[in-house]
Amino acid sequence: MAIAAVFFYLFSAVAIAAAVMVITARNPVHSVLFLILTFFNAAGLFVLLGAEFLAMILVVVYVGAVAVLFLFVVMMLDVDFTELRQGMLNYLPVGVSIGLILLVELAMVLTTWTLSPDALAIVGAPAAAAGSVTNTEAIGLILYTRYVYFFQAAGMVLLVAMVGSIVLTLRHKPSVRRQNVAHQVARNPETAVEIRTVKPGQGL
Amino acid sequence: MQIGLPHYLIVAAVLFTIGIFGIFLNRKNVIVILMAIELMLLAVNINLVAFSSFLGDMMGQIFALIVLTVAAAEAAIGLAILVTYFRNRGTIAVEDINLMKG
Repeated sequence: MAIAAVFFYLFSAVAIAAAVMVITARNPVHSVLFLILTFFNAAGLFVLLGAEFLAMILVVVYVGAVAVLFLFVVMMLDVDFTELRQGMLNYLPVGVSIGLILLVELAMVLTTWTLSPDALAIVGAPAAAAGSVTNTEAIGLILYTRYVYFFQAAGMVLLVAMVGSIVLTLRHKPSVRRQNVAHQVARNPETAVEIRTVKPGQGL
Repeated sequence: MQIGLPHYLIVAAVLFTIGIFGIFLNRKNVIVILMAIELMLLAVNINLVAFSSFLGDMMGQIFALIVLTVAAAEAAIGLAILVTYFRNRGTIAVEDINLMKG
C-alpha cells in the first residue's frame, strides 16, 4: 500500500507540474510535449485506480492522436508566437483571482462533501468482484450490452468530426490537374485526334 | 498512508483550475487555449474514474470513455477550424476573430 501511495504522489506531482508548464511554456511545441507528459501521468493515476483499459486508451488516443495532431498544427502553422504572448502579464491578475476563487470553491466542496449512505444502493452498473474479470472485460460486458447506444453515439460523433474536419481543411488548387475518369472514357477519335495537312518545310 | 477518494478529487480540482487559469493567461493563443480545454477534460475524466473505482460502479468508466471520444472530436474540429482560419487571415490571434460581429 505504501508503494501505491508513493506512486500516487509521484504521478500527481508530475502531472500538476507538467500542466503548469503547459500553460506557461514560451514555445507551444514545449507546451504540447508537457501536455503529453501530463497525459502519461494521468494514465498512471488511472492504473492506480484499477482502470487499466482507460489508461491505455488515454495513452493511445491522447498521446498517439490528439497530442500529435496538436504538434503537427503547431509546427505547420507559421505563427509568430512571441507576438501572441504580448500582454500576457495584463491577464495575470484576473486569471490568478478567478483561478484562486475556483480552487477555494472546489476545496470547500471537497472538504465538506460526504458520501450519502444510499449512494452504494443505487449503483448503476456494479463492478464485478475483484479478480473475477479484468477491467477490459468488465467494460466490454456492459459497453456492448447496456450502453450500446452510447457506444454508437460516440461512433457517430467521431464520424461527424472526421467528415467535418476533412470538409473544413480540404481545398482544391486550380493549378493541380486531376484525373477525370468520365471525361477520359467519353473521348472518341473526333474529339481526341485532329488531322492537319503540313506543308513541306513550314511546319504548323 | 491510505490514498482515498479525496486525494484524487484534489488532484483533479487542481488540474481543472490550471486549465481555467491557462485560458485566462493565454488569451491570444488559440492553440494553448485548446490545450487548456484538454487539461480540463482530463481533470473531469480523473474525477469520473476515481468515483467509478471507489464506488464500484463501472458506469463512470463508460462515461469517461464517452468524454474521451468527445474530447478527441473537439480537438480535431477545433484544429481544423484553426488551420482554415490561418489560411484565410494569416494569424491565429483571438482578438482578430471578429468577422461575424457585424
